Amino acid sequence: MSLQGRDVISIRDLSRTEILEVLNAARHLIPVAEGKKRLTTLEGRLLALAFFEPSTRTRLSFEAAMQRMGGQTITIADPSVSSVSKGESLSDTIRMLSCYADAVVLRHPFEGASRLAAQLSDKPVINAGDGAGQHPTQTLLDLATMLERFDTLSGLKVVLMGDLRYGRTVHSLAHALGVFGAELVLSSPASLRLPEEVRRDLDQMGSKVREEEQLERAIKDADVLYVTRIQKERFGDLAEYARVSGSYRFDPALLSKVKSTFIVMHPLPRVAEIPPEVDRTPHAAYFRQAFLAVPVRMALLSLILAGKTGVRGGG
Amino acid sequence: MPANLPAPGKELRITPIRNGTVVDHIPSGLALEVLKVLKVESLDRDSTVSVALHVRSQRMGWKDIVKVENMELSAPKSNAIALIAPTATISIIRDYKVREKHPVSLPDRLVGVLTCPNPNCITNHGEPVESEFEVVRRRPLAVRCAYCERSMEEFLPHLAR
Repeated sequence: MSLQGRDVISIRDLSRTEILEVLNAARHLIPVAEGKKRLTTLEGRLLALAFFEPSTRTRLSFEAAMQRMGGQTITIADPSVSSVSKGESLSDTIRMLSCYADAVVLRHPFEGASRLAAQLSDKPVINAGDGAGQHPTQTLLDLATMLERFDTLSGLKVVLMGDLRYGRTVHSLAHALGVFGAELVLSSPASLRLPEEVRRDLDQMGSKVREEEQLERAIKDADVLYVTRIQKERFGDLAEYARVSGSYRFDPALLSKVKSTFIVMHPLPRVAEIPPEVDRTPHAAYFRQAFLAVPVRMALLSLILAGKTGVRGGG
Repeated sequence: MPANLPAPGKELRITPIRNGTVVDHIPSGLALEVLKVLKVESLDRDSTVSVALHVRSQRMGWKDIVKVENMELSAPKSNAIALIAPTATISIIRDYKVREKHPVSLPDRLVGVLTCPNPNCITNHGEPVESEFEVVRRRPLAVRCAYCERSMEEFLPHLAR
C-alpha cells in the first residue's frame, strides 16, 4: 500500500515493507539533508506544525525537512499565544489546521490526541509524540541509525537502558525491533521496567527478550545500547530519583569491554546518563541519530505528500 | 404439604413480566452491577424491576437474575453486560412470551461502553469523542483503547455510566 495521503500515528500503522521504504528513501536523501543537493519535490506544499508541548529537535527537524524538500511550514509553537489559551478544543484546532495546510504534524500532552486528530482531519496527520504514548518518527530515525551502521536490523542485539516504563520512545522502538527480529536486552531499575502489555506484545511476536539489571553483563556482545533519560518528574520521592538515576549513568570504562562496532544511542536531551567523554569515541551515535531525524522526516513527508522523494533510487 | 403451596423447587420467586428483558445466568453476586448498566433508576414506577440473587442453577451452581419491565436492551448495554457477565443470556419478552433469547456476545469493537482507565487519554479531556476499544484477546478478555492504545483487563470500574 502506498504511503501517499496516509496518517502515521503509531509505528503499528506501518508494515515492515513500508518502514523499509521510508528508511531506504531517507538514505538517498542524506545529501539533500546535508545541503549538498537541492530538491523541490514538496514545492508549493504547506505543512502545519502544532506543538502543544515544548520540543526543540522534533519541531526543528520537521521544519528543516519540509524546507529542504522545497516546502513551507506554519507553526503553533506556543499554545499560550494561540486560541488554545482561549479554551478551544483540540478537535476545533485540528479542523482549522487541516483547512490551511496539506498535512498536520501534532505533538500533544494527551495520549491518543493524534489518533483523534487523524479522524477529524481530511489531511494526513503525523504524530510527533502524544504524552507517554507513541512517537513513530522517532522510532523510524532510531531504526535508520542502526541500519546505517549495521546494514541490517535482523539479529541485532539491542540493550534498552533506563526508563523503560514511561519513556515514550522506547515502547515504539521495542515493538519495531521485535518486528525486524532484533534481540532485546532490558536493563532498568525494577520500578521502571517495561510495561507488561509491551512485554506481552513482544512475546506474541516471538521476540527474543531478556532482562539484565547489570549493565556490564547486558552490553557484553551487544551491538547497540539505547539509553533513555530517567525523568525526575516521574518520581514522588527525590531521594529515590537520585538513587535510580545515579545507578543508570553509562560508565565510559565499560567501553573497553564492548565489541568494536558497538554504538551508544540516545533520543536526547540527555542529562547525565552519558558523560561527555563518550562523545569523542567512535561508539557515540547519538548526534548522528539526531541528524538522521532530518532525512527520515524528509522521506516520510515526501512519500505522504507527493508519493515519491524525487531522488533516484529513493522511492 | 398444604395444597396451595407449589412443589419444592418450583416456587415462583420472580413474577412474570408482560413486556421487557430478562437477564439470566449472571454470575452470582453481579446482578447489582448489571442493574447499574441497565440504569434502572431512570425507569418510571410502572416498570417493575425484579432481582434474584443467589439462585440455584444446574449449569452454574449459583446465579443471579434480573427482570426489567418495559425495557428492551440497546446494543451498548448488551455489550457492557457481556463485559462484566460473559455467561449471561438475554431474553426479550413481549406479551408474556419469550420472543428472542440469546447469550450475550462481545463485538470486536466497543464504542461508548467503557471509559479509558488512562487519565492522560485524550478521551478523558472534554473532546467531543466517544470512547472506543478493540478486543485484543478473548480468553482472558483484554481490550485496547483505540486512542491511547492502553490495554485493560478489568472492566467493572470503567463502565461508562
